[in-house]
Amino acid sequence: MALELIGISKTVGGEAHIVDVSLTLEKGSINVLLGPTLSGKTSLMRLMAGLDRPTEGQVRVGGREVTGEPVQRRNVAMVYQQFINYPTLTVYENIASPLRVAGVDRATLDRRVREAAELLRLSPMLERTPLELSGGQQQRTALARALVKGAELVLLDEPLANLDYKLREELRAELPRIFQESGAIFVYATTEPTEALLLGGRTATLHQGRVTQFGPTPEVYRQPIDLTTARTFSDPPLNVLAVTKQGERATGVGAPLELAAEGSLAGLPDGRYTIGFRPHHLYLAPPGGRAVALTATVAVTEITGSESFVHLDVGSERWVAIAHGIHELAVDAPAQVWIDPARLFVFDGGGRLVAGPRPARQAA
Amino acid sequence: MTEVAESVAGRMPAASRTRRMAGGPRLRRLVPALYIAFLLVPIYWLVNMSLKTNEEIVSIFSIWPKHPTLANYMVIFTDPSWYSGYINSIIYVVMNMAISVTVALPAAYAFSRYRFLGDKHLFFWLLTNRMAPPAVFALPFFQLYSAVGLFDTHIAVALAHCLFNVPLAVWILEGFMSGVPKEIDETAYIDGYSFPRFFVKIFMPLIASGIGVAAFFCFMFSWVELLLSRTLTSVDAKPIAATMTRTVSASGLDWGVLAAAGVLTIVPGALVIWFVRNYIAKGFALGRV
Repeated sequence: MALELIGISKTVGGEAHIVDVSLTLEKGSINVLLGPTLSGKTSLMRLMAGLDRPTEGQVRVGGREVTGEPVQRRNVAMVYQQFINYPTLTVYENIASPLRVAGVDRATLDRRVREAAELLRLSPMLERTPLELSGGQQQRTALARALVKGAELVLLDEPLANLDYKLREELRAELPRIFQESGAIFVYATTEPTEALLLGGRTATLHQGRVTQFGPTPEVYRQPIDLTTARTFSDPPLNVLAVTKQGERATGVGAPLELAAEGSLAGLPDGRYTIGFRPHHLYLAPPGGRAVALTATVAVTEITGSESFVHLDVGSERWVAIAHGIHELAVDAPAQVWIDPARLFVFDGGGRLVAGPRPARQAA
Repeated sequence: MTEVAESVAGRMPAASRTRRMAGGPRLRRLVPALYIAFLLVPIYWLVNMSLKTNEEIVSIFSIWPKHPTLANYMVIFTDPSWYSGYINSIIYVVMNMAISVTVALPAAYAFSRYRFLGDKHLFFWLLTNRMAPPAVFALPFFQLYSAVGLFDTHIAVALAHCLFNVPLAVWILEGFMSGVPKEIDETAYIDGYSFPRFFVKIFMPLIASGIGVAAFFCFMFSWVELLLSRTLTSVDAKPIAATMTRTVSASGLDWGVLAAAGVLTIVPGALVIWFVRNYIAKGFALGRV
């Protein structure tokens, strides 16, 4: 049973939350909604679940239109970023809740609740109430309730955002496996590009209520079709610079960058472009090959232990370089950095990708 | 959910505060003790009077009864004109409590969960119903209830008291309901609950303390209200407060019995307040603490 969104829009009080989204999510697939806060991930999920009604467009499940159908009649499960459980019920009753409403017989109910609890390691806490549990256990209760229902569509709205990183890593690895066995359409919203890459599957990047690109996650990462997608799918932010290409040379606009038109820039017609590259492709030491050097001003250096995040001012742009090891650079001092022309994304005036590190997909 | 957690946790700092105060200088204990003693003087005097004979009350000044007697209480429990007043009061107060809370629950849910045209104005307008003195409504109620044959019935008083108790209950319940995240409602719908089933099985237990507080306030205001209840009744539904104002007999005032009636009137309020004591501050703030 595939879920199809056809030309979905949602306007609330004159403000467009979702603009003309069309997506097809296949049965048994993992789908990631990736976008910054307020990009419309939650709005889109609420439309998929049937909690909200789209202003325009159609929602179909397995070819049947369900646009106006109330959420009770759809077979969905949803987990929120906040830990949402029924505080007055025990963990057991919380997990059993969808089965009780569905009128499942006692023995089956008990078996399924215990199975789900076992899978999410909640067995010792079944008789407690959610408020007596830790945050991670509360969220696992919510996940168990979503799992036990055996829904066709499982929506997880940043389910791990409020957990500490250790639990997050554990659950992130388990979640797709747990839900994939049920053959459900699995939708996972996140603000973190890393999380999308770890989950794999297919990714839809969202920006201001629009889906900018939808495809297999590694493909969206390696070949973003435009600048907004590349920016969304980059953490720390993508480094960008406007350049003018003339003949065999490209010159930075307002920045001291001169480079030969090779690598990604080769073979493009003359004109204004925006180049973008990821923070780990901005080097503090010459990487070899045909890298080009330029001088930037150090703004901030953050050291996380094994890596250094060096923020640099280049003309009016702020760049970030990620380098292994500890690099303590004096603030406001000039620093020499290197760019590899082969690692550049090149975007035209409209922000569309015209050339990338690998042969770019033909702009369709 | 968070509100529920808060109301539970909210008690703990208060407890530790009193402990810290207790360890301080004597004056800190003396001042509130004196104040409370001062507040309790009239109540003590009432109890004191209720245990004396009429002769003792009018003839000598005594701090405690010279010849303690329960005769005054016996009068109230044996004379139907006295104890029926209590029964009448309790009947209409309980009716009013049930009607007010039942009506206020869906109204408060609508105010807390839905946005509609003029919702904020309507919500505030509800409270303005408390701003008019009941005397204003005494005349129209009297005429209206007489016309439809409700005069001197318990339901008449119960309905009249809804005038100020329903808005109050809506305000209190709305505060408690807004403390429950909307996502809980949605999770229940996703689980397949219909609205009525969700409301009774999931939502009402969550705001149980709010319902208790709202019921208490309805009880209290209905119990102490005199003007409307006296205007709308004559014999069959005469409330205790009205009985107490009409006890000047041929032999003068029956001080001792009146005092005993007063003591017994305080008792139900004190009993009810015991059950909601932990949430009462939140109720006085209309659920908005």
